[in-house]
Amino acid sequence: METPIIETRDLRVYFRVRKSLFGRELYVKAVDGVDIAIGKGEILTLVGESGCGKTTLGKTICGLIKPTSGKLLFEGKDVLSLSKKEYMEYRRSVQIIHQDPYASLNPTKTIFQTLAFPLRRWGIARSYNELVDKVAELLELVGLTPPEEFMNKYPHQLSGGQRQRVSIARAISVNPKLIVADEPITMIDVSLRLGILDLMLELREKLGTAYLFITHDFGAARYFSAKGGGRIAVMYLGKVVEIGPAEEVIHNPLHPYTKILLSVVPVPDPELSRKRKPIKLRSLDIPSPLNPPPGCKFHTRCPYAFSKCEHEDPPLVEVKPNHYVACWLYHKR
Amino acid sequence: MPRASEILLSIRDLKVIYLSSRGYVKAVDKVSLDVVRGEVLGIVGESGSGKSTLAHTILRILPPNARIVNGSVLFNGVDIVKLSEKEFRNLRWRKLSMVPQAALNALNPTLKILDHFVETAKYHGLNDKEVILEKASKLLELLRLEPDRVLPSYPHELSGGMKQRVLIALSMLLDPELLILDEPTTALDVLTQRSILDLLKEIKSKLKLTMIFITHDIATIADLADRVAVMYAGKLFEVGDVYTVFKNPANPYTIALMKSIPSLIGKIDDMKPIPGSPPDLVNPPRGCRFHPRCPYAMDICRREEPPLIELKPGHYTACWLHVKR
Repeated sequence: METPIIETRDLRVYFRVRKSLFGRELYVKAVDGVDIAIGKGEILTLVGESGCGKTTLGKTICGLIKPTSGKLLFEGKDVLSLSKKEYMEYRRSVQIIHQDPYASLNPTKTIFQTLAFPLRRWGIARSYNELVDKVAELLELVGLTPPEEFMNKYPHQLSGGQRQRVSIARAISVNPKLIVADEPITMIDVSLRLGILDLMLELREKLGTAYLFITHDFGAARYFSAKGGGRIAVMYLGKVVEIGPAEEVIHNPLHPYTKILLSVVPVPDPELSRKRKPIKLRSLDIPSPLNPPPGCKFHTRCPYAFSKCEHEDPPLVEVKPNHYVACWLYHKR
Repeated sequence: MPRASEILLSIRDLKVIYLSSRGYVKAVDKVSLDVVRGEVLGIVGESGSGKSTLAHTILRILPPNARIVNGSVLFNGVDIVKLSEKEFRNLRWRKLSMVPQAALNALNPTLKILDHFVETAKYHGLNDKEVILEKASKLLELLRLEPDRVLPSYPHELSGGMKQRVLIALSMLLDPELLILDEPTTALDVLTQRSILDLLKEIKSKLKLTMIFITHDIATIADLADRVAVMYAGKLFEVGDVYTVFKNPANPYTIALMKSIPSLIGKIDDMKPIPGSPPDLVNPPRGCRFHPRCPYAMDICRREEPPLIELKPGHYTACWLHVKR
């Protein structure tokens, strides 16, 4: 098998919060033992509710947050053991697109300045003419045409969708191997959202970029992963509880958590939406990530939990081809 | 057509603009819409469609740079546009109230939840604290919250879903006839969103409350609303009961909007973004405001605004494709 671009092994990211009365240190276990791998040109969508650790995992993969323990491998090598040159190569190869296109672009810089900076920084364009050509090429790639019209504009002169296209142009400008896209469509107008996802898929065709797409929206997860032939991973309290091919996870979910989430998402069909029987949780309250329950972290809310779930954490096992789930229900007893 | 006595709210030819340094923003333009007693009317639209301006007009909470240029809003036959602020104060919250988005920090962080109830009641002339708290407790219970726990809490001690439920209870404190819900499920987690939708359904069937549900998410409309109104660029594009509109959408914008939603159902290949982007409302396109993005646009669409016509009883659309000439 080819070496993946990024691989995590039992990756953990804990944030220390000083809270306890007796000075005991408490930790938020944002990412708590995650093993994922993203290959060349591959698409992986991370889906989960707020607080499940999906953004922390994405930022850790980009090198923006240091892991507490476990391994983060870039092309098979531990990121912590990379030489300075290799480390810079890793940082260039893994880029991020942020959620808020209103906050992620510098309002005092023109689009040209914003896009020219990384090109200069990484020595991709050396002369001014080269820079102009390259920026124009990038703007055309992301559908901001004619590019001359956009180069001298400031972010406030663009719509949310156009700004997100600039963010995408900035991310691809340094020829990354993997782009972490953290909720890139959440703040975009509804009618334009699929356009952004389509653009990302198109760029993969042209440039071979892999994506880690992070979202809370199962519909968007399905669209992006299924259209790109990728996988979906479902996270809960810092762990991946299920991972598999997109349509397989959406239409035949295995983990009780995935099943419940999919059963409650409203669908744009009044008859179907009112007919569907949502699966009821045992408890609506999400346990505190400061003090997650022992055993399977979902057992306090799982309607199918039995005694084993309270004591032992289930490992991810392959139940169907390429479809993994971490749930004791699928272990032969 | 519903009988006149069944109509609680009737908006006629409403035109609202905002004054801005760039010119007049035509936020709501010649909108006519009825709300029938006891129904849930869903208003769906993208940002800038005018849906929130419409809601703010009904409650008379428009910002100072807004002007109602034309039209009337009849509530129980009384034109609330013409009322003085003093007269309207007798209606606001008592007859018409609003549930804002909890994520927008609608609760005062320095006040306990019980003070929110007491202060709201006091403002509207009710001073008996015991009666108010009893009423608040009942409402919180209806919304599956423990009054003993929630009332003495500060907003930051509650989760997003709990805050949203407190806001719903607060809006119902004075037994209004009409509840306007502005994106009440946006920015909530999937499971919390489901519990809010289910509670609203329960409230609707138990209390026969009339609701206007404003959202950009057509899936929540399909789940909750009886009728749906589709707005785009300040105009009303289509109105009808949800089953009809979702099954047989008549307006090209409605069709395009439905296709642009990534959903769990349907074929991926049928989902498409709408080309172009929503217009600048300082200089909206001539004719039909959707024509620059519409795949069926004809000459007349570029020249003249389409009228809202009735296709079948109760199903209206504004599109030249449906106008027989």
